[in-house]
Order: sequence, then C-alpha cells, then structure tokens
Amino acid sequence: MLRVCRWLVVLLTVGLVIDTGVVSAQDEEQSVFGTLTYTDPETNDRVPVEGGLITVEGVGSAPSEADGSFRIGLPEPGEYVVSIDPEGLPEGVFLDDPDRAVLTVNVQEGGNQIVLFRLTVLDEADRGSTSGGITGRRVAQLTAEGLKQGLYLAMAAIGLSMIFGTTGLTNFAHAELVTFGMLGTYFFNFYGLAGVIGFLAPLPPPFGDGMNLVFAAVFGMLAGGTLGWAINRFIFRGARRSGVSLLAQMLMTIGLSILLRYIFLYVFRGGPRTFGQFTAQRAVKIGPIELTPKDMIAMSLAIIILILVGVFLQLTRTGKAMRAVSDNRELAESTGINVERVISTVWVSGAALAALGGTFFGLTQIRWDFGFRNLLLLFAAVVLGGLGTAYGALLGALIVGLAINLSTIVIDAELKNMVALLVMVVILLVRPQGILGRPERIG
Amino acid sequence: MDWGFIFERTMSAMIGPEAMVFALAAIGLNVHFGYAGLLNFGQVGFLAAGAYGLGMTVYWLDLNFWLGIPFGILYALVLALILGIPTLRLRADYLAIVTIAASESIRLFVRWRGNSDITGASQGINEFARPFYDLNPFVNGQFYSLGPFKYLGRDVWVLMVGWTIVMLSLLVVWQIMRSPWGRALRAIREDEDAARALGKNAYVYKVQALMIGGVIGALAGMLQVIQKSSVQPDTFNPVITFTIWAILILGGPGRVWSPVVGSMIYWSLIVFIENVLRGLPSGARDTLENTVRLSDINISQLRFMLVGLGLLLLARFRPQGIFGSREEMALDDR
Repeated sequence: MLRVCRWLVVLLTVGLVIDTGVVSAQDEEQSVFGTLTYTDPETNDRVPVEGGLITVEGVGSAPSEADGSFRIGLPEPGEYVVSIDPEGLPEGVFLDDPDRAVLTVNVQEGGNQIVLFRLTVLDEADRGSTSGGITGRRVAQLTAEGLKQGLYLAMAAIGLSMIFGTTGLTNFAHAELVTFGMLGTYFFNFYGLAGVIGFLAPLPPPFGDGMNLVFAAVFGMLAGGTLGWAINRFIFRGARRSGVSLLAQMLMTIGLSILLRYIFLYVFRGGPRTFGQFTAQRAVKIGPIELTPKDMIAMSLAIIILILVGVFLQLTRTGKAMRAVSDNRELAESTGINVERVISTVWVSGAALAALGGTFFGLTQIRWDFGFRNLLLLFAAVVLGGLGTAYGALLGALIVGLAINLSTIVIDAELKNMVALLVMVVILLVRPQGILGRPERIG
Repeated sequence: MDWGFIFERTMSAMIGPEAMVFALAAIGLNVHFGYAGLLNFGQVGFLAAGAYGLGMTVYWLDLNFWLGIPFGILYALVLALILGIPTLRLRADYLAIVTIAASESIRLFVRWRGNSDITGASQGINEFARPFYDLNPFVNGQFYSLGPFKYLGRDVWVLMVGWTIVMLSLLVVWQIMRSPWGRALRAIREDEDAARALGKNAYVYKVQALMIGGVIGALAGMLQVIQKSSVQPDTFNPVITFTIWAILILGGPGRVWSPVVGSMIYWSLIVFIENVLRGLPSGARDTLENTVRLSDINISQLRFMLVGLGLLLLARFRPQGIFGSREEMALDDR
C-alpha cells in the first residue's frame, strides 16, 4: 500500500519535472517589470510615480518612467532580489507594507515577472503600522480584511474539523492541502492540462499551454480532492485497519506534512509567485473599505460555498451521515451507515475545500510553505470553534480572522499571528471544548 | 568518488556537534513522550528558550556569560508551565496543537523588529560565547584528528563538554525513571485513570515531566548556539522539532539510550547520503540534474523529505523504533 503512494509521489514529481522542461525549451530574454502608482486620497485618481529607483541585486537599477512603469532585463532565469528605494518616493508617499521594500522573485526562462510595490499616501500621523490610531475607516478596512482571511481560513478549517470528527485524527498535514490547492491552481494556470497529460501540449488552451485562472481553480480543487482521497485510501485507511493508534497516526500526518512541503519546495522552488491573471488589480472603494475586485468575487464565492456546505450537511443523506459519524461512530455504524465511505467523502470534500481556500489565498501570494505558515491560524480556528464540529470551525475561522486583523490596531502587524495563539490558550483555559463543542469530546 | 573522505565525514558526523545537540534534545523529548506520553510538538521552543537565555543575558542584560545558563533554564521552566497548565488536563492532542503553535510564536516574537534591543531581531545575537572558548585547552582554529574523526579545536572542546552533559542527562533520566516518581509517571502514561484511583495527581506529574524534559531541551539549545557562536531566530523552526521526533522514534521511545543512538544513526545517514550524492561523478550528476532536477541546492532539501518519509513509515510500521518494546510503547492514547 505504501509502495503505491510512494509511486504516486514519484509520478507526481516526474510529471511536474517533465512539464517545466517543455516550457524552458524556449529561449528568450527575461525581465522584471511593474508600475509604480498610488491613489490620490482626495481625487481618487491613480498617480504614476516618476523616478522611483528599482534595483535588482547583481544586475543593476533603473528609475521608473513618467507613466510609473519600469522594466529591468535579466541575463538568465533564476531567483532575483528586487528592491525599491523608499527614500526616492515623492513626499507623503510610502510603501503600503514597509517590509516589502525588498522582494525575492523567481524568473523563469523567457519570463517577464511582474513586481508589485504597493504605495499609499499617508499623513505623517499615520506612518508606521501601529501609530495610526483608531479611526472608523481603519477599523472598517481591517474588519473587511479580517472577514476575507476568516472566510478563506474557514474553507480549510472545515475539512480539518470534520476529519477529526469522523476519525479522531488531528491532521497536521491539512495545511499542506491548502498549499497543494494553491500550487495546483498555479500549475494548471500556467501549464494547462498538458501539464498532466503530455500529448495535449500542441492543443490550444485550456488543454495545452495554460488556462484561465477560473478553470485552473476548478482543476486545482479537483486535484486537491484527489490528493485527499489518495491520502486516506493509501495511507490512513490501512493504518486504521491494522489498528495503528491515533497518536501514531498523528505522527504520520506530521511526517506526511514535512514530506509534501519539501516536495513542493523541490518542484516549485522557493520565492513567492503570483497567478497569471488578476495580479495587479486596483482596489475599489466601497464606502470606507477598499478591496480588489478579485477579493470581492472570491469572498462572495467563499460565502456561497460555505452556505452550500451547510445545506449539504443539514439536508442531504451523505451530510447527515457525516454528522452522525462525527457524533458517535459506533452508533452510526450500527444504524447501517458505511463509515469508511463517509470518512472517504470527508477527506475528499475537506481536501477540495482546503485546496479552493488555498487558491483564494493565492490571489495575494503563492508560496511553497504558505499552508505551514498559517497552520497556527488553522488550528486556532478549529480549537476555538470546537474540534470536530463543522460549524464551529466556520465560526472559529471568522473570529480568528477578525481578531488577528483588528489586533493590528494595537500591536505590530508582524506579531498579529501570535494573537491566534493567545485566543487558543484563552479558550482552552475558559472553555476547552470550544464554542460549539460539547464537554465529553475533550476526554 | 573518494570513499575515504565520505567515510571520514560520516564517522565525524556520527559524534559531531549536530548529533550531540539533537541527542540531548531528544533525551528531553524522551522524558516527555517516551516516559510521560506527552505529545510535545514544540521542543524547538525549549531549545530557543535555552539559546536566548544565554544570548539575551550577554546582549541585553549585559551580564556574565555563565549567568546565562540559569537564565536559560529559568525560561524553559516558565515556558513549560505556560504550555502545560492550560493543556495537560485535556486530551493529548491539545498539548500537541498548543506546543507547535507556541514554538512558532516564539520564533516570530524573537525575530520581531521591535525586539531588536533584546533579542537582536532577525539579525540574532553574535559573538557572545567567548568566555566558553577562553577555557578551551585546544587551539580553536586547528584541526585535530583521531582515526576517522576530525574536528576543529573549538569543536573538540564543544564536543567534550557537550557529550559530558549528554551522559549526565542520561544518568539523571535513568535514575529518576527508576525512582518511585518515574514509576508513577509511567503508570500514568499506561493508564491515567488507574493511577489517579491510587491517589496520584496525574496533572502535577505531567507538568513536572514537561519541565524536566524542557530543561534538557534548553541545555541542547545552549550547546547549539555555543557551537555556532550565534543565536539566529530562524534556526528554531518547527522542522527541527520533527527531526528530533524522527530521531526519538528511530531509536525507540521510552529507552534511556535510544535518543543517542537515534541521533547518531540519523546524522551519519544524512551526511553519508549527501556526500555520496555530492561526490558522484559529473556524468551521473548531470543525468540526475536533467531528469529529476537534483541540483546542489536540492540535495540539502532531500534531508527534510527523508525526515518526513522516515517519520511516516516509522510511525506506521515500527512506532517502537529500534530498541523500544512494542508492548510498552504502542504509542497508545488510552
């Protein structure tokens, strides 16, 4: 059984390797490019920045043109460190996130890599991430950001909580399923179905040569579901059958998590990436809130999907069976529910949801270790809501998303993820079963 | 391929500084998991407590280097209390979740730029271990070799002190685990309800075990940063914790010697594989690079894939490791 899944891993790796090979056969000049603009808070117009100095380490530097654009040619593909000189910006214009003055980009052979330096206009009083003070506008904006993060997080957390509910397993590899969705979508976005089935390469998109992000997201979700199915079928079903204890299974998920993460790194390399479409969108103002259209669409989609999940759990036979197994496995089994099938469904749907959540997160940035960096938030959400409850995970994720974003009013943004730990410790002290959990679960 | 060189590297790694640090950290984890059954997924947090105990004493408090040792131990004890009190009354996986979250939060906190006067933020703390090397009877920059073992003078000194601490820790663990306290601890691991029925306060025993193992972990962290002469926040990432776990499960939890043996096997294996791959004739290297993109950078990533795969397979097929007994260590959760 394990031999099969090792083969899967090898096949996966080889498949990806072959495909990137196809692309790198072209031989073109590569570059990094971008546009420096900011929104004038009074007129709401985009204003280009001329003369902002962009430097590529080891290559050279160039100022931005009159329309704010810059382009720096690169001798060969690889990882480059691109930086902007914050001193050279016009009076009152600052980097949106001062930590992102230096970026690492991965440039493919013949690729033109976009580099984003987001600029904002701040009053002297607003400078720095914590000294902004509590303004109604800031609270509204942070609430929107928190809601966004909470919704995406919920998509990942529901699967984690349901897997725990049905099998008792705390799946530490769940964060890797989020990354897998993100990377899978990226892969389909750039290489299309030909990435998996080689002979499709000469066909037009969406079969060969990359597909639109919307289709890629669907395929990324399918790939995520397939991985979830395979993990359950080839690794954990056998472990359950031969009576491997839950603690040992938990260690197995840790091993799996590390293995998957470093396969991602091996195949996709380090350095952040972005999808092929919808990268540089302008934020739209709605009242006091600024959000990009892609985030608005993704958030609406997330809400619709989460409602559908609720309807599915509440009304369909499979959904009811899932909740029944979560509640009491033995009782469910004795009423004739096929528990193994329910578990398999939970893995597939949980992983697919996590993958889609990963794609949504990926609209901002794609990283090989994204999931692991957010593991803390994922677990905080699930523990807060109550391990094993789907609705608890949803509620917990929204609270965690809001809490960490709103916390930046009082603490440094760099430390905001620590708030999740605090939330978790407090809930364990006050109500260890979580908001929607029941006391007997905590043993 | 230079087999003599590879053999020398492998043997030196077997008792080298990394093997020593990870053996000590795994001894601490063995107290947690092997004897008390606690799922500590944040051992690296204790390493960081010890490391920053030393570093911050010199850098921030501007005190004597040697005073850093009690400070490091103190931080580890406090950390154990903070982690243990909310979670140890609950089921085992809550400790796992909280410890992995806490160890990552510690890393985020010490590398926060607001802490640059205290922890050196992402720059870390350098040049603090001079008093340790002032006592070195060997010449710091000179190579010493004995058979296949070859180290710099400074490392010889670190290794002598380090392995002495490892041996003392083994002795302490061996003694306390044969004491009535150790028997009660194992009874709690085996059947908490039965132990409680006999009047043992399981919660207190578990907190104490967490503190003891944490202090041993802090000593490992101190040795690590003394050897590197530098405290870097990003060296304390969760993968270290799980490397320690892989080492412990490899040796076999609940046995006195197994962390040391596990660490020796792990490090000699890793160094052997990496050196063989690096030493391959250039034709073979090119083939590997063209087919599976195995470049110089990738070779060091293979180690982590091996840790992951090893942990997955060991936990599935041989949770008692090399030396443990299946009956005693069935990795059971009541």
